Order: sequence, then structure tokens, then C-alpha cells
Amino acid sequence: MALKMVKGNLERMFDKNLTDLVRGIRNNKDNEAKYIAQCIEEIKQELRQDNVSVKSNAVAKLTYLQMCGYDISWAGFNIIEVMSSNRFTCKRIGYLAASQCFHPDSELLMLTTNMIRKDLSSTNQYDAGVALSGLSCFISTDLSRDLANDIMTLMSSTKPYLRMKAVLMMYKVFLRYPEALRPAFPKLKEKLEDPDPSVQSAAVNVICELARKNPKNYLSLAPIFFKLMTTSTNNWMLIKIIKLFGALTPLEPRLGKKLIEPLTNLIHSTSAMSLLYECINTVIAVLISISSGMPNHSASIQLCVQKLRILIEDSDQNLKYLGLLAMSKILKTHPKSVQTHKDLILACLDDKDESIRLRALDLLYGMVSKKNLMEIVRRLLGHMERAEGSSYRDELLYKVIEICSQGSYQYVTNFEWYLTVLVELILLESGSRHGRLIAGQLLDVAIRVQAVRTFAVNEMATLLETYPVTAAPNGTMQEVLYAAAWIVGEFAPHLDGPERTLAVLLQPKPVAGHIQAVYVQNALKLFAHLVGEAVRQRDGAAIERHCQTLAEGLRSYLSSADIEVQERASSVYFLVVLLRESLGGGANQQHAAAPVADGGLLELTPDVPGEPGDGGGEEARAAPDEPVATGSGGHYPGAAWDEIEQIATDLQGLFASELNPVAPKAQRKVQLPEELDLDEWINQPPPSADASSADGGSSDEDKFPLFLTDGGRGGGGGERETNGGGDGSRSYKRIEYTQEELDKMRQARLLEQTNNPNYLKPAKTKKASGGDYHHQQQQQQHDCYDDIPIAEIALEVPLQIHSTKRSDKYLMDAERATRVFVGKSGGRKEKGEKSGKKSKRRGKKSKRYSDESDSESDDPKPLHVVNTVIELPEGAILSDTEDKNNADPNDPHRALDIDLDAPFEDDYPQEMKRKAANQRSVMLLRDGDGQTAKTNRNPADDHHPGGTTTTDSKHRSRRRGTAAATERSGSKHADRKHTDRSDEQQQQQQVDGGGAGREKQKKKKKSAGKERPDEADAIMLMIDEETPAKGRTAKEKEKRSKPPKDGGAANEVVEDGDVKEKKKKHSKKSSKHHHHHHHSSSSKKSGYEEMPAQSLGGVSKDAI
Amino acid sequence: MIKAILVFNNHGKPRLSKFYQYFNEDMQQQIIKETFQLVSKRDDNVCNFLEGGSLIGGSDYKLIYRHYATLYFVFCVDSSESELGILDLIQVFVETLDKCFENVCELDLIFHADAVHHILSELVMGGMVLQTNMSDILARIEEQNKLQKQEAGISAAPARAVSAVKSMNLPQQIKDIKLPDLPQAIKDLKF
Repeated sequence: MALKMVKGNLERMFDKNLTDLVRGIRNNKDNEAKYIAQCIEEIKQELRQDNVSVKSNAVAKLTYLQMCGYDISWAGFNIIEVMSSNRFTCKRIGYLAASQCFHPDSELLMLTTNMIRKDLSSTNQYDAGVALSGLSCFISTDLSRDLANDIMTLMSSTKPYLRMKAVLMMYKVFLRYPEALRPAFPKLKEKLEDPDPSVQSAAVNVICELARKNPKNYLSLAPIFFKLMTTSTNNWMLIKIIKLFGALTPLEPRLGKKLIEPLTNLIHSTSAMSLLYECINTVIAVLISISSGMPNHSASIQLCVQKLRILIEDSDQNLKYLGLLAMSKILKTHPKSVQTHKDLILACLDDKDESIRLRALDLLYGMVSKKNLMEIVRRLLGHMERAEGSSYRDELLYKVIEICSQGSYQYVTNFEWYLTVLVELILLESGSRHGRLIAGQLLDVAIRVQAVRTFAVNEMATLLETYPVTAAPNGTMQEVLYAAAWIVGEFAPHLDGPERTLAVLLQPKPVAGHIQAVYVQNALKLFAHLVGEAVRQRDGAAIERHCQTLAEGLRSYLSSADIEVQERASSVYFLVVLLRESLGGGANQQHAAAPVADGGLLELTPDVPGEPGDGGGEEARAAPDEPVATGSGGHYPGAAWDEIEQIATDLQGLFASELNPVAPKAQRKVQLPEELDLDEWINQPPPSADASSADGGSSDEDKFPLFLTDGGRGGGGGERETNGGGDGSRSYKRIEYTQEELDKMRQARLLEQTNNPNYLKPAKTKKASGGDYHHQQQQQQHDCYDDIPIAEIALEVPLQIHSTKRSDKYLMDAERATRVFVGKSGGRKEKGEKSGKKSKRRGKKSKRYSDESDSESDDPKPLHVVNTVIELPEGAILSDTEDKNNADPNDPHRALDIDLDAPFEDDYPQEMKRKAANQRSVMLLRDGDGQTAKTNRNPADDHHPGGTTTTDSKHRSRRRGTAAATERSGSKHADRKHTDRSDEQQQQQQVDGGGAGREKQKKKKKSAGKERPDEADAIMLMIDEETPAKGRTAKEKEKRSKPPKDGGAANEVVEDGDVKEKKKKHSKKSSKHHHHHHHSSSSKKSGYEEMPAQSLGGVSKDAI
Repeated sequence: MIKAILVFNNHGKPRLSKFYQYFNEDMQQQIIKETFQLVSKRDDNVCNFLEGGSLIGGSDYKLIYRHYATLYFVFCVDSSESELGILDLIQVFVETLDKCFENVCELDLIFHADAVHHILSELVMGGMVLQTNMSDILARIEEQNKLQKQEAGISAAPARAVSAVKSMNLPQQIKDIKLPDLPQAIKDLKF
């Protein structure tokens, strides 16, 4: 045996230790991987040895390799061996390795439970400390459940070091094992008043973490925290407490009112920037929660904004950053106070620091006005050109859109400018993630701003032509093509060169399927428009030509792999064939080939599109037509021409009615009629029927995504005989019904709809939707806009100059306009009158905003109008909130949402509960007479062995046990001290509490929520007046530290003096560590600045 | 909560990595790399807060860092931590290191990564700030080191001697001398 020892030691002498390993790696820079592989082999050898020192040396080396990215989980078992060593040195190495590579799902953890338990109860506090530190990194649900009691025991250890660690550890336990929270909570609460400041701080830390996610459960602790806040000198703890109050105030505005004064005092008195900043933050939170009813809260806002301005103006970039961060919180509720510092914030946009620029961007939306919007956007675009890093550029792009589109574009005066900006953004940032956003903006502007439509449509036509499409885009910018295609199709009449655009749409491009589908659909719209035009001019050749273009162009779409594209393409294709048939049948009967060729095409399945012969044939056929047909449609017999005209009208009818924007939530607001069973057949399906389009009425619209509705709307809106032939392939089943039948059904349906209170009735209000009324109403709306002037922009430069952006032109124009305008003010009045309609419409809005800007009256008048009508179901309001349950279902804090004030329930693990019951009684006592509780505590209760001795009988008696136990032990304690008067009160309290507890228990926790207001009242009372049970000394102490609630002038002076005196004392006796928090009031700088930052720099021994 | 504490040098070489949430080793290396790229391109005179880091955290998390000579100290924290407070904490950490290593430099961190971990564990535990008072921290570290020394006692003496010899930078050969026959001989002595 002895020999073995000797041998082990001898061997160990020549093993590599950690230093050798590190040195070796550094000496083998060229073949590091090889060297490390070799070392790992050696380590494996060492791990096989019996000597624990050898093993721990190996594990120490593994820990280093883990940092370098090597997986060391294979050595898990050896790590546990080292952890279980009796020697602290080895134990520490083992736990460190475990904390670095174990995780809650490690299966090996099963083996550690008893070992860790042993370590936790070790007589050496550092054994337990090391175990706690390690455990905090890898604790699993099982370990939490098994060790919760042991850790709770440590919470009342005599050693502050262990108490502190155990308290923090409990938070990790709660996360994994929420059931532990209830029984442990009283003890945790007790630790808030621990004599050791570190333990106190740890408890505050844990409760802050808990309360951050479920603040309402911790409202009852407000008085304790309030006391801590006014008495503590530990800045760390103060920061945490103040942050906690920030989370609590939204739930309890009265708490906020109490807080304002002490916080304001702190703001004035503290010299620690970190504390000052958190105070400001919480004051802001308070002010947000009590937006009204505070007489002097504008003073507090002013104070905050002033202090923040000082922070932002500071040369220290950190303070600047935080100042901007806090400003953005104020901006939400008190925009006016922030706007006075516009200059400062705009200056930050040019800061060299990206973090600061981002924060300034956040504030920007509150800073824009009609006057400066163009200028600000120009600057942002400039930044975008220069900026590196796609995420920052993306952020800029997002902000540009955000500030322009806010409040229904309330600051945009010229939408041609805005569209130009959007197009520039598209071309500037092809890799952006915000393609969908821009697409949405394009659609929105094109739909809602009628006056700018012509411009928009032609911009989009150009965009479609010039946008460089790549097969594998790295962003979502291609989405804009979706919007562009839709716009050119929907508003085809505004196009300058519709034929060319049609050709562009039909060019095969490697864009995503859903965009191609929109291309096809809108090619049809364009086609319908073109045919309509041709018919009007009686130009048969043109019709033929358009048919030709479309049929040719659809070829590639017919064979698309995307089912949606293929389906739409074939629908459109056969529609063209239909038109051609009537063309061919009417005019070119001599061309027997034509129907044959068409027939041939008809037989074509979509997957075998256009053999070359077909195209050739068609061309050949089309060629002779032209000379004959040009000039006039006179060649067509009257009847055939009528038919063509009819088809063309029908085609156009498909897309005739105007689309109104629909509110984002409108769809969800539509109530499902009670008798509507979506699973039921509307009509009994004929074999293989497509029931979905059986009654293409407007009520069906909702079922289809955006662009499918075109067909449905056409079908429902038109009272035509064919009931909208354009429904194409989808409507062919409907032929089964005669017109009479259809009418009957329609009548019946309308009747049902009028009787149904849930159905959206058309034409009653402006918000109505669907049906024929819709169209009329649209017409009316449209009329309103006819008298609005379309802005004429003088194009001085015919071609765009490459160096300046197109959007700058508008800015220059605007500047020139203001200059001219300053000269003669008459011109503007005219303009104002012209857009009178619009200002009326926006009257309310402009009134609301008129006083926010000092120079609103000088603002340029908007050139274009935004249509603010949006479709919403009757009775629904835009601002209706919906329960958004977007919380992360995996968040462990969900399980920790436990009402901690309610009495215990039966569903807690027995051993914990019993224990907790004891603790609770102790707690009650302590609440009563803070000073004496400690002597009162029954150590036997606390150190009960817990789970191990629990018997089955106890299990059974548990049901009735809890409340009774609480009361019993409580009164037992009380009996002991019944001579004390204050104790009598307390006993009373306790008995009351116990009784109430039992009653409450019957009602169970459900009722607990309702009682909350009363509880909150009680809390406030506790802050306001002293609780009767409070000891006299405590009372006095608190009185001294508590600010006077009525704020008499004399009182205040005294109070101020008092606080100052206290602060002085604090700074004197504050430990060395805290010196940076407290320094002379003349220095404005935050403490951390003063720390010897060069401690590393000045002493670097060796450059590596 | 603190999600991770990273220390790396100006070239992105990790000197300390402590994750309070589990990531596998590859992910850890990626995070270190990403964080280094984010942090290293920033000037020294810009602010010490940084949003982003797609791998670690998310919108609620911030990187708070300090740059000392050749080393970056980066803390990834969520919104429950005070920004300036964490900056102070980094300072406390570095000063503690400075006290423990007597004028700390990167080499100390390289060769005593384990000691750095032990020091850190007195400041932060499981992602929560444990102790910010430097004298307390130093006292705890001192006591634990004493404990370690006591344990080592005489049995560690030969090892210490050897490591002293090694540190003398003797020629490589000496280090490489293996004594294969010695253990074998001892084994042979056994019956």
C-alpha cells in the first residue's frame, strides 16, 4: 500500500500539470490539434489511475481543454469521482469541471445526489460553498426536488457565507422545481432582514428575479422593501430594490405615489450614477403608471428629463447611451417633454457609436414633424449608404418606414417623395429582412392615397422591369415584387405602357412561387384592361395580339412546380382560349386551322406546354390577321363583335370594384354566426364537386387569401347572366343551377343575413363591406377625391442624376417652396382651400397634434391625402385589445406564478409543507415583533430531518394538518411570551390569521385574486401608518428615515438635513469597495470612471 | 441574471468562459467568436453596451464589456441587471484579480484559468451576483487557498519541487525523460 502511494507520487511528479499543458499548447501552435489529441490520450491514462490527485490533475486539464472547445463529457464519471474526494482541493477541481460541462439533462447527475447532500452538510463551509457554486450551474429537476430541503436548511446556517449562497441557490431550485417556492418563501422573506448585508442582498436579488416575471405575487413585500430602500446603504441592493419597485408600480399606482418622494430625494442626493440612473428609471415607471391625478408630477418629469439631458450631454458614452435609453421610456407617455430636447437627440444620430445611434433612432419617431421629416429621412438614407453591417442598415430601413408611416402617415406631405424613398430603399438594401414591410407600405400607399396612384403604378412598372432578380436572394426584399405586380395589375388604367408591363410580368423570373402567382393573376388583370381598351377602339388585331402575348407568356407558368402558380396559369390560359375561340369563330372562319390549333392547345396538359410547333402555328396564324384586322373591327360580324365585347366587359367586371384597406384585426373580429357550421356542406356535393365556390357570394370572401378574392368578388358583385365567367375553372360546377334557382338561393341567403345580428350588414355605415352597395359607396368615396389636386412636380432634370438621390429632389423642392412661400403668403391659402376636403377629414387629428409642435403652423401642407377608411366589422373598434398570450410556454416562471399570501394548499409535497408550516409560524411571530423572534425560534423545528423520517401516517393526516399546525405552533410560541403586551396583539393577529386561513382554504386560491385590492390597501396602510404590531424601537427608527407624508415645509427641511447627514455618514463608513459609489458631490462622473482602468494595461508583464 | 461571462484577448482567444445556461462546446465557441467580432470592432471610446449577439440572448439581453490592455471582459446580462452596476462588477472582478495575482496580466489568466474561475465564483453564482464587496471576496479566496495549502502539506512537496524545476526552463529533454522501468521495478518488488 505504502509502495503504491510512493509510486503514485513519483509518477505524478512527471505527469503534465495544467501549466505544462498550457505551455505545451503554446509551444505547438502549428499542430495544436495533434498535440491536444496526444494530451487527451495521456489524460485518459491518468484517469485510469487510482490516485485521486492524479485524477484531479487530469480533470483540471480537461477543464482547460473544455474552454478551448473540446467536448469532455466523456469524462463525466471521473469528474464525479474527483468531486467526491474528501480533499477540498480535489473537490473544487471536480465541481469546477462539473459546472463547466454538466447540464440539467446530464444523466450522470443521478449519481451525484447523495454526494452533494453530504457536501452540503459538511462541517467545512467551503466544501458546502463549492458544492453550491457548482450545483447552481447544473441543477436538474430531480436534484432540485431531492436537495431542496438541504438547501433550505443551509438558508438558516450560522455562517453568513452559506446563508448567502443558499439563498441564491434557492432561486435555481424554484426554476426547476416550482413546488419548492411556497414552503421556502417565508424563510426567504425572513432573509430580507438578515443581519448580514450580503445575505440580505442575496435575498433581495432572488425576490427581484422572481418578481420580475410575476410581480403581483410580491406586492405584499412592498413595505419591507420600502423600509430597506430608505435605510440601506448598499448601492447594489438599492439598485435592485428600486428596479423591483419599477416592476411593482404598474400594478399598484398608490405605491408609486409613495415612492416619488424618496426617489426624488435619492436623485438629488446620490453621487453614484448607477443609482441615479435606476432612480430615474423607476420614477419614469411610476409616472407612467399614474399618468393622471398627481398634482406635481410635471415637476418630476422635468427633473427626470433634466437629469437625462445631463447624462446625454456627458462626454462619457455610457451615460449618453443610458440617457437615451431612459428618454425613450418617457417619450411614450410624455412626448412633449422629450421634444424640447430634439436638438440633442438629432445630434446623437451622427454619433460615431452605433449603440448610441440605435438608441437615438428609437427616439426619432417622436421627433419628426411635417417640416423636418424629409430632412431626417435624407440623413438616414445617407447613413444607410455609409453604414456597414446589415443589421444596422436594416434597422435604419425599418426606422425610416416607421417614422414615415406612423399615425397614418401624418407627417408625410408628399407621397411621391415617400414612394421614391421606398424605391430607393429597395434598391439600396437588397439583402434586407424587411421586404414584406416595404411591400406592405407600397400597397398601403397605392391603395389609400388615390392622388398618387398614377405615379405609384408607373414607379412600380419601372421597378418590375429593373429590379435585379437573383435566384437565391439572401433577404426578403423580393417581396416588393409581389406588391409591385399587384399594384400594376389592380390599377392598370393608370399605366403609361400597359403592353410593355404585361410583357414584363410574363417574363419568366426566378422568383418565389407566391410572387409568381401574383404575376399571373395581375397579368390577367392587365390583359382584361388591354382587351377592354382594344374593344373600345374596335381594334380586333390588338385583341388578338394581347391574347397572343398572354398565351405565350403563360407557357412557363403552366409548367411551374408551384401548384398555385400552375393552377392560376391554367385558369387564365383557358380564359384566353375562350376569348380566342369567339374571336376566331367570329372573324376568321376561313382559318379553319385556328379552332384546331386552339383545340390542340386545349388538350395540352399543363405539364406539356407549348411544343414549338404550336407557337409557330399561332404566329403564322396571327400574322395574316394583322393587315386585315387593323383599322377597324368591321371585319367581325356584328354578333361576334357583340360577343367579344360582352366577354371583354365581363373580364373587366371581374376586377372593376375598388378595394378598401382592411383593418389588421378585421378578420378576427368577424363573429362566427351561431348557426354556421363550417364543417357542414353548404350544398350536398355532387360527386367530385368543388363545394368551396358553390356560391361565390361575398360572404365567401373571407375564406380566401388576398388575391383569390378577386375572382370571388367579381362573381358576387356582378349580376351578370353568366355569373362571372371569370371564375374560370373554379366555377364550372355552378352550371348545375339555373338562374332562377340561384336567385332564390340568394334571396334566402340575404334574408337570413338580415335577420342575423352577427352578420355584417352592408350600406348602413361607411364601414360596410361586400355586395353591390359596396361598389356604390366606393364610387361616392371616389368622388370625394376628384377635386383633390394631383401634385405637379416640375421635373427640371429629365433624367435622374446618379450622384444625388431622387428623393432629394423633393426636399429641395420643398425648401424652395417654403422660401417662395415666405415671400408671399397668399399662395398657401389657395393651396389650403384646395385641400379643404382633406383638412376637414383630418381635422380631428391635426387638432390633436397642433399644439405639440411649436411651429406647426408653418408646416408644409400635405399634397396628398391618405384614405383613412378601413374595413372593419360593425361594432368592432380598431383599438380593441386581444388577449395576446405570447408568453413563452417554456418559461419556468410561468410555474412560479403562485399566490404566496394565500395559505398553503394540500398539493405540496408533504415533507416540505410540514416544514414550511413551522417556518411560517416563526415568520408570523417575526412579523409581529421583529426583535425577539430569533430567541423564539425553535431550532428543532428548523432542523427537522425532513423527508427521511416522514411516515405514512403523517401522510394521511396531512389533509387537515396544515392550517391547524400553523395555528398550533403559532399559539405555542405566543403562549411563551404572553406577558408582553405587544405580543398579545400579535397573538390576536395570529389567531385571526389562522382562522381566516382555514376559511380561505376552503375557498381555495381562486378567490385569492379578488381579495387583492384589500390586501393592497393594507400594504399602503403599512407604509402610511405604522403597523400596530411593530416594536417601538423599529417605529422610531423608521420614523426617522421615512420622509414625511404630508410634506410640511418645516418638516421637509429637517428631513433633507437628516438625509444628508445620513449620506455623509454612509460615505464615511462605506467600505473600500464602495468608494466609487460615494464621492464628493462636486464630481459629476460616475464612480466606475475613477477605477484604475489601467491596472492591467500598466502592468502587463508580457505581450503574448 | 447574467447569462455568460467571457474573457478573451485582442485576437479572440478565450481566456475564461463561464456560461450560466447550457450550450454545447461548439455553440460556446461560436458564441465566443461572435461576441469577439461584435466587441472587437468597436473603438475604445464608444460606450460599453452592445445589443445584439444573435446566438446568445435575444432582445432582452445586452453585452456589457470592458477592454483592458489585451483583454476583453464581456458580461451578457438581461434587463434585470443595472448596466452601470455590471460595469462596476467587472471592475471589481478585475481589481480582485489584480490583488490575487499581484499586477495581473494576461499570462496569469492563461496559466491559472482555474484560479480565475474560483475567484469568479466568489462574485457570481449561477448567474446572480453574490458578493460585490472586494475585501469580503478577498478574505474568502484567501481562506480557501489556505485550506488548499494545508491539504497539500508535505505530500505536495515533491510535486512542487518538480514544478519548480520545470519552471526553471530546463532543456526539453529533462522533461521528456520517462522512468518507465522505475514503476515497473517497483511492481516487480511486489510478490
